[in-house]
Amino acid sequence: MKMNNSKNYWRANLKIVLILLFFWFLSSFGAGILFSDLLDKIKFGGFNLGFWFAQQGSIFIFVFLIVAYCILMNKLDRKYRAGKD
Amino acid sequence: MDLQILTYLMAGASFALYIGIAVWSKASSTNEFYVAGGGVHPVANGMATAADWMSAASFISMAGIISFMGKDGSVYLMGWTGGYVLLALLLAPYLRKFGKFTVPDFIGDRYYSKLARFVAVLCLIFVSFTYIAGQMRGVGIVFSRFLEVDINTGVIIGMAIVFIYAVLGGMKGITYTQVAQYCVLIFAYMVPAIFISILITGNPVPQLGFGSKIISEDIYLLDKLNNILNDLGFSNYTDSTKSKIDVFCITGALMAGTAGLPHVIVRFFTVPKVRDARASAGWALLFIAILYTTAPAVSSFSRLNFINTINNSSYESTPVWFKNWENIGLISWSDKNDDGIIQYAPGNSLNPIKPIFSNQRGENGERIVSNELTKNKNEVYIDRDIMVLANPEIANLPNWVIALVASGALAAALSTAAGLLLVISSSISHDLMKKIFRPSITDKQELFLARLSAALAIGVAGIFGIYPPAFVAQVVAFAFGLAASSIFPALIMGIFSKRVNSSGAIIGMISGLLFTSSYIIFFKFISPDLNFSENWFLGISPEGIGVVGMIINFTLAVLISFFTKPPPNHIIRLIDNVRTPE
Repeated sequence: MKMNNSKNYWRANLKIVLILLFFWFLSSFGAGILFSDLLDKIKFGGFNLGFWFAQQGSIFIFVFLIVAYCILMNKLDRKYRAGKD
Repeated sequence: MDLQILTYLMAGASFALYIGIAVWSKASSTNEFYVAGGGVHPVANGMATAADWMSAASFISMAGIISFMGKDGSVYLMGWTGGYVLLALLLAPYLRKFGKFTVPDFIGDRYYSKLARFVAVLCLIFVSFTYIAGQMRGVGIVFSRFLEVDINTGVIIGMAIVFIYAVLGGMKGITYTQVAQYCVLIFAYMVPAIFISILITGNPVPQLGFGSKIISEDIYLLDKLNNILNDLGFSNYTDSTKSKIDVFCITGALMAGTAGLPHVIVRFFTVPKVRDARASAGWALLFIAILYTTAPAVSSFSRLNFINTINNSSYESTPVWFKNWENIGLISWSDKNDDGIIQYAPGNSLNPIKPIFSNQRGENGERIVSNELTKNKNEVYIDRDIMVLANPEIANLPNWVIALVASGALAAALSTAAGLLLVISSSISHDLMKKIFRPSITDKQELFLARLSAALAIGVAGIFGIYPPAFVAQVVAFAFGLAASSIFPALIMGIFSKRVNSSGAIIGMISGLLFTSSYIIFFKFISPDLNFSENWFLGISPEGIGVVGMIINFTLAVLISFFTKPPPNHIIRLIDNVRTPE
């Protein structure tokens, strides 16, 4: 990769990571802890929503985030490899 | 068939499988011994990582702890899986690109310093041994309860099995046995969970049964559990009792600590490419999530079942599992009001908390304890670690399910122990000998040293199992706190900053480490009587203090680097190289 190219690649990489970490924080520290009591007032089937996020929802979101990361990064890799040729 | 024979058969068959795999995949070079030759398929690596990651604590203890902590127990669920996100997004792909053998390799090279490598090795060995002690306790509990052998014999059998496949096979042997162990452990965890979910809610998916109505009653499981607990004087299962800042910090420390655990990081060195490292992180979390989303359901089922079976029933009519666990010393009952009936209520039944049994039996046949009885109504002591193991018995499931759970628990404990032993042995043979003290040794000698130190490490771990340090539970906070405050920040800054230099990193690691360990040592060992929230720094418990240590590490490292020389050019090139895949 050329100097300029690799700088852009790194910047795009950081952007993807930061966006995904934002959702990571929101689902665990946010919905599971900080606003958990508030969300508990909402019923979700047999769950209080805050409790559900703390014990199950955040984990489902984590799996989704890593899958999204793989897909986005593979796309990014392809784009920059194509640009190199 | 008799439970004991069934357990012998199942555990024996699984052990034979692990050894067979080890012989088939014997390591012949250091490359194979440390990183399985770097040619493991991402899905296989995902399974191996999941087994490596899910320890006896995840399999045996976690659901039980959550069962008694309710919503507060979420810190473990979120902490241990959320840390995985950090690992996958911030560490795994870059460390794979770096492409060497160990975590201290990266820290030593990136901070161009033997001292940095040495500090990393020390943290790593401490964290790993702490963790192993926990696995050994797990193996001991399973053996003594289900195989009815002496705990010591059990630990020695376990050690012998790990010895064969870790010492012979190295990372290559461990990887493929871990794949088999994952299959055994997830099957063993899911079968009873599905059975119990059907029995209680009629829904075969435990994750959904958790939020369903109880069979033939018009009330949700969790609402029913809250009602029952309220009647007994407990607070709601679905409400938190800890302060927000403490829950926040404990979750944070568990996450950063998990991401810094060396035996898991090193698994990403075994796949061929950066792309595969990302994919295998995805697979691993998927495999982990199957167990981790089932665990909280198991917790609520077992709490409900436990109360229904025990409370207000006479000791004489209790099922056989209650007496079996009492005989091992993990349950006790003291008839405070002399009515022959078991009362379960909030608070500890005994002082000190754990029962000290005398050899006598009471008039109902119960074991008499020599502890002082507390003033509250609670008559039952129950060790949280037994909930998952006792669960199938509490729910009256057939014997083969109970035997299966025992084999699964052994798989979980052995797979993690093997991963940790490998990390310890490679840090001794590779980081200490090859890279610091004896750079002149050949690959063959290094391989021999690796095997020798694996054998030694197994010996030490075995001693931990036979003479379990009384402080196992306390030091778990230590392992995560130390990983969070030392290894994790050094790795993150090593990848994401070009400015942080060796002096910054070393001082950062040492001060994070010193702060965290002195805080934990003070509250856990020197003055345990002061260990409550009024005395804590900002209300943060020793379990969560790793977050503060981590912040100290980051801050000092950045400040000091800013005032000292930037890293030399070849390090900048190394960082650039790590940041670009292929």
